[in-house]
Amino acid sequence: MTDSPPVAPVVDLPLPLPVPAQPAPESTARVVWKRFRRHLGAQVGSLLLLILVLAVLLAPLSPYDPEKSRILDRFQPPSWQHPMGTDPLGRDLLTRILYGGRISMTVGVLVVGITLTLGVTVGAIAGYAGGILDHLLMRITDAALTLPSLLVLILLGAIMREVEVPIFERNSVLTIAVVIGLLSWMTFARLVRAAFLTLRELDFVTASRALGASPFRIVLRHILPNTIGPIIVEATLELGYAIIEESGLSFLGFGIQPPTPSWGNLLSNAQENFIRYPWLAIFPGIMIFLTIISVNYVGDGLRDAFDPYKVLQKAGEV
Amino acid sequence: MTQYIVRRLAQAVAMMFLLSIVFFALVNLAPGGPLAGYGNARRIPAHEVARLKRQLGLDKPMLVQYVVWLVGNDWMKVDLDGDGVADSYGARRGVLRADFGYSFRTRQPVLKEIGQRVPNTLYLMSITLFVALAIAIPVGVISALKQYSPFDFTVTTLAFAGQALPDFWLGLILIIVFYVWLRNPSTGEPLLPSGGIYTIGAPFSIADRLAHLVLPVMAGALGWLAWYSRFLRSSMLDVIHQDYLRTARAKGVPERTVIFKHALRNALIPLITLFALDLPYIFGGAVFIEMIFSWPGMGLLYYQAALQRDYPVLMAVLVIGALFIIVSNLLADLLYAYLDPRIHYD
Repeated sequence: MTDSPPVAPVVDLPLPLPVPAQPAPESTARVVWKRFRRHLGAQVGSLLLLILVLAVLLAPLSPYDPEKSRILDRFQPPSWQHPMGTDPLGRDLLTRILYGGRISMTVGVLVVGITLTLGVTVGAIAGYAGGILDHLLMRITDAALTLPSLLVLILLGAIMREVEVPIFERNSVLTIAVVIGLLSWMTFARLVRAAFLTLRELDFVTASRALGASPFRIVLRHILPNTIGPIIVEATLELGYAIIEESGLSFLGFGIQPPTPSWGNLLSNAQENFIRYPWLAIFPGIMIFLTIISVNYVGDGLRDAFDPYKVLQKAGEV
Repeated sequence: MTQYIVRRLAQAVAMMFLLSIVFFALVNLAPGGPLAGYGNARRIPAHEVARLKRQLGLDKPMLVQYVVWLVGNDWMKVDLDGDGVADSYGARRGVLRADFGYSFRTRQPVLKEIGQRVPNTLYLMSITLFVALAIAIPVGVISALKQYSPFDFTVTTLAFAGQALPDFWLGLILIIVFYVWLRNPSTGEPLLPSGGIYTIGAPFSIADRLAHLVLPVMAGALGWLAWYSRFLRSSMLDVIHQDYLRTARAKGVPERTVIFKHALRNALIPLITLFALDLPYIFGGAVFIEMIFSWPGMGLLYYQAALQRDYPVLMAVLVIGALFIIVSNLLADLLYAYLDPRIHYD
């Protein structure tokens, strides 16, 4: 046996620190969802909104017809048969309110879709492209913001009432949604543009560009997902505004036209008779109020859930 | 600064010009054109409509009509009697010389119609705003100072609900409560009137005027009251934890002075700017309030004009509305720079 140089005995060296098994980092969506679930307002708001949406969807279960008049039953006060009473044509008000809710909520959702598409497109192009295109798009946005929106809404509603084009005729749901949408995409455009101006300068975007990604891919895959928080919050609030705007416009008589019920035109029709038959005015408004407040609470919860500053604040790090 | 203001004013003029073209196109491209509402009440034979069109210059191309609307037609020969021959000078002076034409509905000069309505709207809205701010500011401050107290919790919840109440519905409910349900115990009459500025035919009395103000002011103020109290609460909370307040306290400044002089003054800056930006929307809400309470102001005028397609009036109110927004925006920016010395425009 030859003398070999002494070799350090092989022992199990302990790792620098005994690390307990680390859970995989949580995805942003999960974190947001957890925070949203803990938010009291969001809990109440989502529950209420869920009930309202379900009720509206189940409207056909009502034993009454929303449009057929039953003149003998007119102006019945609220009772077990008619929980919200009946209207001047003897129709069950609850049934009409539920069908009206379908219209009002559909307008709301359509408006969110329209403003989201228009606003995000304008904002993304302006924010990413910069230069003359940005300047031009922002001047258009400014001009749109200078419109006295309620007055223009009334004017367009009054004009479109007379239009006889298929799907747009007599102030259809789509007409009203388009008109409201065209007057309210600007907030999204500004929001998205501002986010893009910051994000496009960040390293991961530069890296992606260096790797040869097309502008289209950079915008859709890398920048847009990072703006999703504020967009979702704004979209929720927009849903509330849109429902209020539709009811306001229909209340004035320039929105959805009877006999199709909407919460606004139910209130509008109530105007002639509400002094003697107050339930006609009370119930449609309660539905608008409950919907708006639940939407606002959900929006509030989402804002807090998406707000990174809020997290740090709660953790006591700021 | 002067240069900044001049530039903003130039932009404002360009914007007004652009918007007036948009409005004009909207109004005139509507189906049936401006005459659609003219003969609504009576049946007018076709040759009369044609004559009316010639008299009003509606047979001319749109561009000519816009120019006439803008600068008038007293410099060109027009067909005043509608016989098909342009033989006399027009009488219109154009918007640039303060002539908005005649209302289709009342045949009065538009500017006169508006002049009669503006004071009523200003009267209602200034009191509404005064009430909203007079309540919102103290409530917001107390709410912030006692953050998380029962008072704060109540106020925050109520304000959240108040913002979800549509003002047009609130107006109807107030009428049901104060006009239908509640009665004056001595006379048995409704407790408060449901509309109008004063009792028609009754001698002037301040009590009567005030009684007519209560419901429209309540309906109009609640939403803004909720909005501003929430805003001031958070604006006050932002300020309240800043170091300069601690410094002031350390120097022995009394708590009252710290709150009202040091904190509130700074918390009010964003509120004032926001207020200037909100002004057009606050006045826009007048359409609903004035309609529900039959208040003869600008909002009701616009509503009636839209119902009857009274295009000269619609055009005038739209232009005034846009002008109001532009001026309010400029005012907000200037106030902000004036109140916060850190802001500079160049």
